[in-house]
Amino acid sequence: MTIQLENINKHFGNYHALQNISLQIQQGELIALLGPSGSGKTSLLRILAGLESLDDGNILFDQKDMVALSAKERNIGFVFQHYALFNHMSVFDNIAYGLNVRSKKRRPTKEHIKAKVMELLSLVKLEDFAKRYPAQLSGGQRQRVALARALAVEPRVLLLDEPFGALDAKVRKELRRWLRKLHNDYQITSIFVTHDQEEALDVADRIVVMNEGRIEQVGTPVEVYDNPATPFVYDFLGNVNLFKGCLQKGKLVNGDFSLAIPGAEYQDLSATVGYVRPHDMSIDTTPSDSNIAATVTHIHTIGSSIRLEMHRADTNEYLEAELTKNNFELLTILKGDTIYIKPKHLKVFTPEDFSI
Amino acid sequence: MSATLLPEAPKQQKIPKVHNPKTPTTTKEPLIVQWTLIGISVAFLSLFLLLPLAMIFISALQKGVVVYVEAITNSEALSAIKLTLLVVLIVVPLNTLFGILSALLISHHHFKGKSLLLTLIDLPFAVSPVIAGLIFVLIFGAQGLFGEWLLNHDIYVIFALPGIVLATLFVTVPFVARELIPLMQSQGQAEEEASHSLGASALKTFIYITLPKIKWGLLYGIILCNARVIGEFGAVSVVSGHIRGLTNTMPLHIEVLYNEYQFTAAFAVASLMSILALLTILIKNVIEWRSKEVSS
Repeated sequence: MTIQLENINKHFGNYHALQNISLQIQQGELIALLGPSGSGKTSLLRILAGLESLDDGNILFDQKDMVALSAKERNIGFVFQHYALFNHMSVFDNIAYGLNVRSKKRRPTKEHIKAKVMELLSLVKLEDFAKRYPAQLSGGQRQRVALARALAVEPRVLLLDEPFGALDAKVRKELRRWLRKLHNDYQITSIFVTHDQEEALDVADRIVVMNEGRIEQVGTPVEVYDNPATPFVYDFLGNVNLFKGCLQKGKLVNGDFSLAIPGAEYQDLSATVGYVRPHDMSIDTTPSDSNIAATVTHIHTIGSSIRLEMHRADTNEYLEAELTKNNFELLTILKGDTIYIKPKHLKVFTPEDFSI
Repeated sequence: MSATLLPEAPKQQKIPKVHNPKTPTTTKEPLIVQWTLIGISVAFLSLFLLLPLAMIFISALQKGVVVYVEAITNSEALSAIKLTLLVVLIVVPLNTLFGILSALLISHHHFKGKSLLLTLIDLPFAVSPVIAGLIFVLIFGAQGLFGEWLLNHDIYVIFALPGIVLATLFVTVPFVARELIPLMQSQGQAEEEASHSLGASALKTFIYITLPKIKWGLLYGIILCNARVIGEFGAVSVVSGHIRGLTNTMPLHIEVLYNEYQFTAAFAVASLMSILALLTILIKNVIEWRSKEVSS
């Protein structure tokens, strides 16, 4: 099913929670709504589900207006962060609920419901748990039951509100792979909310980055990661080093260091910021005219990569660099050493970039 | 690759029941302090609770079982019992309904004047029951606001059943609502939202999801409300007019008997009310114990 959002606005009291949100979602896409808490992503999802009202705007499912319909009539599957399972019902009854509450005319037969529930239980690998109660399941198992329950009504769209937020790191990773696989098998249009950029980059077809009630950027994981449209997206997606300074004749001047910015030759700015990813820093042990001296203050080993924390004496700022174990061993860096760094890619946002 | 990404579900295992061993106390009072404290509590409870309760039954049975049975089966006593039960049958369901509706409204919806509604629900706790009764006399009494109109239409509110019901309703409004509101606020409404998103109507959601969630709290509120309806004296006393065999509830009947020096009969009816009260407390404890069992 395609989803079209047109100029959605929502206020909570005086707070403008969603500001002119417009978005197109294609049939079968897996979309991540990514943003910090308070960015409006959950409100947007709840408005889509009909669990929250909107002030003005249009929601079209397959070109059909949904605004006047209640959650009950929209035929969506909603998965909650804290599962929201019915604790007084067994796993079987939880999954069968959506079918059991249908009016007599639309309700499948008992045998049909049973077959459907067993099929879903095998899909979520919980065949032996039909008679258990939610309190007897682990967090990951509960969220799988919640997913099976949402899928039982054969929804046209699956909405997931921080579905893995309450789970530990390992289970979270397992479940998001599984969600990806499920989505590949069933091709149901899905939207999930997350504040975890890694999760969004890992799972989604497209990412909608939100901040303070606005959409900052929409794009594939590669697009938003490699070509962030705004400083916020740069900052939010992955670690980033900031070079605060000014732009003079196409050069970013920052402390004792200046670097030519291609494409900004005719720009002069008194205050600007250059953005560099930690893995886009080249590291040397000998000085040259275009690199920056910094002292290594900390060395972390995270699996196969090494993260260096450095202190710049000229601007009194801290920088971060990431390099592979091989490179690190070639350089033989120790804590307290002075090294020389140079940004390989440095992105500067000029005023034209903001005026969209 | 057809291999599943999730590990196979482990075979169903028996979940061992966890016994909560009594946590050892690190600070233990000397024996003499323990016994002194226990002694004081027992003495206090005996003097102020058990002794009066025992006195009710002793006084009631002082002149023998025949007198006791006569006192609670004569026509005036029977009519008082009947009237009390009738008021219970009208007031408790009405306040249960009101309690559920107001708790749903307050805990699941945002609207202007919510705190005003909460204050209004609490009002009967703050107002003396006698004043509550007087309010209804002022409104519906012969000299009251609607008095003349009611008289002209042959409708009797004060000194009749409707007045007693109204006064009791007023006094017992908070019991169910006050029990449910904090419970429902703490439970949140994610399950209800899940139910709606699965296509259930509001009524089905209430019956299958909300009611099971709140049932123990609801029963507890109903029992407290019930106890107060049976025992309500002040407000009912003002509006009933004490017409024997007609508008005397059990507490009013006891007062009448007592004022006429029929102590044995008064205590006999009082013993009946005490039995009802003890039963209520018993049911209340069973419910508390059950709901603890469920939540743990």
